[in-house]
Amino acid sequence: MSVDKTTVAKIARLARIHVPDERQQAIATELNGILSWVDELNEVNTDNVEPLANVTGHSLPMRDDFVTDGDRIDDVLANVPESAGGFFVVPKVVE
Amino acid sequence: MVDILDLGAVEARVALDAGEISAVELASAYIAAAEETSGLNNYVALTAEHALEMAAASDARIAKGEAGLLEGVPIGVKDLFCTAGYSSTACSNILAGFTPTYESTVTANLWREGGVMLGKLNCDEFAMGSANETSAYGPAINPWQAADGADLVPGGSSGGSASAVAARSALLATGTDTGGSIRQPAAFCGVVGLKPTYGRCSRWGIVAFASSLDQAGPFSRKVADNALMMQAMAGFDPKDSTSADVPLQELSAAVTLGVRGMKIGIPSEYVLDGMDPEVVTIWQQGQDWLRAAGAELVDISLPHTKYALPTYYIIAPAEASSNLARYDGVRYGKRVEAESLDEMYALTRAEGFGEEVQRRIMIGTYVLSAGYYDAYYLKAQRVRRLIRNDFDTAFETVDAILTPATPSAAFPVGRKVDDPVTNFLNDVFTVPANLAGLPGMAVPAGMNGDGLPLGLQLLARPFDEATLYAAGQVLEDAAGFVANPTRRAGGVS
Repeated sequence: MSVDKTTVAKIARLARIHVPDERQQAIATELNGILSWVDELNEVNTDNVEPLANVTGHSLPMRDDFVTDGDRIDDVLANVPESAGGFFVVPKVVE
Repeated sequence: MVDILDLGAVEARVALDAGEISAVELASAYIAAAEETSGLNNYVALTAEHALEMAAASDARIAKGEAGLLEGVPIGVKDLFCTAGYSSTACSNILAGFTPTYESTVTANLWREGGVMLGKLNCDEFAMGSANETSAYGPAINPWQAADGADLVPGGSSGGSASAVAARSALLATGTDTGGSIRQPAAFCGVVGLKPTYGRCSRWGIVAFASSLDQAGPFSRKVADNALMMQAMAGFDPKDSTSADVPLQELSAAVTLGVRGMKIGIPSEYVLDGMDPEVVTIWQQGQDWLRAAGAELVDISLPHTKYALPTYYIIAPAEASSNLARYDGVRYGKRVEAESLDEMYALTRAEGFGEEVQRRIMIGTYVLSAGYYDAYYLKAQRVRRLIRNDFDTAFETVDAILTPATPSAAFPVGRKVDDPVTNFLNDVFTVPANLAGLPGMAVPAGMNGDGLPLGLQLLARPFDEATLYAAGQVLEDAAGFVANPTRRAGGVS
């Protein structure tokens, strides 16, 4: 599985990171280096091995579904790049 | 009069309670030390005024007999922890100017016990790095210098924390460890660093890197001081769904327990081709010290060790790519203006994230993308289970495991490396404990021929930090390590 310029452009789009054309080949080379290294894992027989996602062995705790916090608009907006009237401001999305 | 900076945290607590020193005096000495060693760039923000206010409050509580575990002890905080009212940026441009309105659970625990915040410490951007060279604030420097006087890296990602504790510009410091980011810099700077069991310290309010691996932990110059800090910072927190409701052991008492009768495993897979012979020597020395103190050494095998790094470099970037999706130029941090929302996201993230962070987000995005998820991410999670199984099997026969902490001593700042994989190898001995969720400790054990510190690593069963403190103290006593880095505050004693 080898990454080319087109794949880099696709990943960059998925990751929402602008990658200029002239950088794409260099990034493809770097990613291929890393990916060929991790391919070493294919040596390991993992048939019938369950994936390990949670090392604690505990199941995640449940709680009643009710509001525990809120009414803190000023806190929520304290660090926004741009806000107006208690809302986040973003570039126009709908024409 | 002894230099006030010579006092360890436990000793300082005794002197404070006895009225021999005041918390304000101690904080003032550390502020002066941070200013004196500012060339090390280990602080990204020194909060001197706040420290002196906290210290005055500590003096008042000591006078009333209401001292907490860390009352009056000056502590530096890795910039990855949110501190209410004080800039918290994960050393990234994308969080420039971010000032949280809330406090991380770990730091809140430290302040509840009377700790005094000195400031925020340098680290790799979003904790991604092993040399503190990816920081938006520039590299932190190791107070230990190369024989030719060259600047050395302090390790990373918690490089500022290790550098400050070694340079005596913080008595204690917080760090986080996702693949070795406490233990590797501790070893490079000749200090003690603990990565607790996954779930011991709350992750709430800590900037997330790889959530199934991240753990906060303490830095100190002495093992006993580390136990004291850990006792204060750990604990169950309902705000972190992976926080473990498992009672904490008596860690400060554990340092006196010794290792008599303890079985300590020596894994054959930790001998690497081309490993620095001085690292092998210090590892052998550590084994001899533990045996002399009454431990039984047992040869063990951890057969999947060589797969830990590639496993980590799938899982950690995958989780990072998901966690770092929140930096969108909308809710906090930096924004690059653009015509469309998508363009705004892409330009903001291209300008806000550094090269290493972008690389890891891209790898993570790739391994999670349609068609590759099973081949990379699920495969890595399956190998992760085998790595954990190796440890479970080993811990059926041993109580702890001794390994080198790092494959080499600290290296020069700006060392040119063409292949990113070469940098990853720094974490070869530390990553397995993160994948398996185990507690691990780095303890300074001696020097190499160039006069630079080398560390040993101890690993134990989940939630058995006490064993690490017991064995760590034995190593510290036997090593008699003298920490006198060239560029420490207060001159060389």
